[in-house]
Amino acid sequence: MHIFKHTNYDFLRWRWQAIALSWVIIILGVITIWTKGIPKGVEFAGGTVLIERFDQAVSVQQVRAALDRNYPGGGQNTVVQSTGDPALHMVMIRVPQVGSESGAALSTEAAKVEAALKNGNIGAFHRESAEIVGATVGRELTSRGISATVLSLVGILLYLAFRFQFSFGVGAVVATIHDLLITLAFLAFFRYDMSLNVIAAILTMTGYSTNDTIVIFDRIRENLRTMRRDSMYNVINVSINQTLGRTVITSGTALLTALALFFFGGEVLHGFAFTMVVGIITGTYSSVFIAAAIVSLWRGDAPTRAAAHAHVMATPAAPQQPQRKQKPQRKARAS
Amino acid sequence: MTNLRWKIVTVVTVFVVFFAVGVYPLLAARFGVHSPALLMDRALKLGLDLKGGVHLVLHVQTEDALRLETDQEMERLRQELMTRGVTVTNLTSPDSTHIRVEGVAPAQDAAFRQAATELQANFDRGSGVAGTYTFTMKPNIQVDLRAEAVVQARQTIERRVNELGVTEPSIAQQGNSGDQILVQLPGVTDVERAKEIIQSTGLLELKIVEQGPAASQDSLLAGAQVPAGMEIVPGVSGTTGDPSGTVYYMVRKAAAVSGRDLRNARASLDENNQPAVSFTLTSEGGRKFGNVTGQNIGRQLAIILDGRVQSAPRIDGRITTDGRITGSFTQDEVQNLSLILRSGALPARMDYLEERTIGPSLGADSIRSGVIASVVGLLLIVSFMLVYYKLSGVNAVVALLFNLVILLGLMAYIGAVMTLPGIAGFVLTMGIGVDSNVLIFERIKEELEAQRGVRASINAGFGRVFWTLVDTHVAALISCAFLFQFGTGAIRGFAVTLFIGLISNLFTSIFVSKTLFEMALSNRQQVATLSI
Repeated sequence: MHIFKHTNYDFLRWRWQAIALSWVIIILGVITIWTKGIPKGVEFAGGTVLIERFDQAVSVQQVRAALDRNYPGGGQNTVVQSTGDPALHMVMIRVPQVGSESGAALSTEAAKVEAALKNGNIGAFHRESAEIVGATVGRELTSRGISATVLSLVGILLYLAFRFQFSFGVGAVVATIHDLLITLAFLAFFRYDMSLNVIAAILTMTGYSTNDTIVIFDRIRENLRTMRRDSMYNVINVSINQTLGRTVITSGTALLTALALFFFGGEVLHGFAFTMVVGIITGTYSSVFIAAAIVSLWRGDAPTRAAAHAHVMATPAAPQQPQRKQKPQRKARAS
Repeated sequence: MTNLRWKIVTVVTVFVVFFAVGVYPLLAARFGVHSPALLMDRALKLGLDLKGGVHLVLHVQTEDALRLETDQEMERLRQELMTRGVTVTNLTSPDSTHIRVEGVAPAQDAAFRQAATELQANFDRGSGVAGTYTFTMKPNIQVDLRAEAVVQARQTIERRVNELGVTEPSIAQQGNSGDQILVQLPGVTDVERAKEIIQSTGLLELKIVEQGPAASQDSLLAGAQVPAGMEIVPGVSGTTGDPSGTVYYMVRKAAAVSGRDLRNARASLDENNQPAVSFTLTSEGGRKFGNVTGQNIGRQLAIILDGRVQSAPRIDGRITTDGRITGSFTQDEVQNLSLILRSGALPARMDYLEERTIGPSLGADSIRSGVIASVVGLLLIVSFMLVYYKLSGVNAVVALLFNLVILLGLMAYIGAVMTLPGIAGFVLTMGIGVDSNVLIFERIKEELEAQRGVRASINAGFGRVFWTLVDTHVAALISCAFLFQFGTGAIRGFAVTLFIGLISNLFTSIFVSKTLFEMALSNRQQVATLSI
């Protein structure tokens, strides 16, 4: 069996449209984040999350009503959801407040919520789990999450610049930043809470989305050695086509497992799996349409070797860059 | 040929070793076998999010340690000035790192500087305009003291947790400035008791009462300043069982003995059969205590715990090594208090930043979903590889199983814990792991199309893809390393799983998979086709 055998698609022809499409999604994402904000999980926003297990079935409305009546400040900004195996009658309650962050007073808000439930007379319950996070932790996590992401991008840039050429490193890192922004946009569209697990998925994605990019770059590097008379444009297109089968299959297998996590991994991993699914799809798309496009734009469409034959390639859609045409391209470093 | 034999031996050995370390204990435990102990001890541990337990993050107020040091140095300076006969109008410490001296007479300036030389080991002296000096704690001393306070706090918490009898607790420093302590107590569900025991400062001081008890601070002072070397400490009113009323004592600042002089503390009963804590002092502490009590017969001795007078019994005679703390305690309180006293005082106060309790049934739920997702993911991958690559797909599936066995084995060996994100990392490792096989197989297909022989194609396929694989894996390892650096708790479990998965994947896809191909081809003379 062989899919995408001897394909000859002109992927680079679509590079401007692809870049435009990405910008549209990113801008929509920025607007969504600007107007509605990124929903933050309790690790980042701070707050109290309780999972209470009731002896008998209890509806979310009953719990909410009990909180509205008895919880100081009412049930404002309170999230009430049933959770886990329905047979266990578990209800998750999230309030944005925590007790004071000095001494042992952090859990006082949890006690207030439980008192409110008790006064609501909706049946006996006990605490199955609690997650109480002060604001300090969230601030620190945010700064550490950002620095980890930035550092890993710099690390990948340096490694690729060392192994390939600087333009390749830039292409891969821009593609990864693109994937990050698109994923954040989708998280904002679908209102997933920004949690530690989601951050882990995002960081994993930064590593994974360079995978397909590297496979294509590797082929470009190899082809640059044999296709010396071809334009960079052609070399990149041929390389993408040659690796198309494996790009689709590798992303497909990774996507299968991410989907398995999404559908069967349980509620806690939902945000994680969603991030991975979006990340894998956008990572594959960006390897072809963003990373390679950036290398082609950076390097220009001139022939890789013979500057004199600059006019050979038939690429009317691609803008020409005369000043670059004159410059013989540096040969790719052999591995 | 012998080359191939060695490769097979290596592959089989690796498989057997990792299977024994990683998979055997899990299977054995499932079927109720608990030997050999060598392997069972190393069995892969479950993280807190799967097992249930308490997860706490505390912040050590390292400021307290600086305050303590500054106060001690100030008292020492006061003594020094007194012995040298230098008089100053005011000696205060405006904050935790400064000492301010006012009104040094010009004639005594040289003598003052002489007296302050010892202080200058740890403090920088500011200019002495009009007989006023400001001493600032040196920055490196501040850093050292803060770091020391966190380490001491961690060690004290460790002792207390060990006294609690929790199995496999995890106590570690973390946070950007390293002043946070993470405490994980698997299997513990009584958060309140755990918090109480961990957080109580546990500072015991026995001090001679000069005046009191009185109903308010003002009635003790009658408008005057607190005399030098004295301090006012609040306490519970004497009546047992009524902790509501607060009374005040004026006591000598210097403690007769403190928690450091304790040898042991245990729960006991007082003469009214009320719960109390009996303590024994060290011989050095007993000597000091004997002197102080001998000189102060008839006066009151304040037993101060964490800055609050618990009781102030009258000294009837010279006491040396044994004493008792009474007050309105419950049985549970004296149990906790004696445990806290035994494990020593905390050097600084602590705040709770984060508190999680995970119930055991929630963890079981997570494990179930995680296992289902893993099995579904594995089946999807296996069926795809078999359908698409036919017999070579079998090779990939064997390599994949190998990968999982090595992953489990290595995790068990380094003592990594399996967390819920770790399971997710496990599932992803399978999905990303076959990537390498796909790359190699696609390359072999390409070479076969170029009309090369089967053997040559396989060699070329592995050879050409090798550096691609190295590049993709290194890039992934780079982001994995930063994920580990960033991560707390469960996320670290995820990063570790992914890291090990990447490394074992590199080994299986390149070495194991190639050996399998060579094995398949070795007993055929003429190889014309390859099922791929």
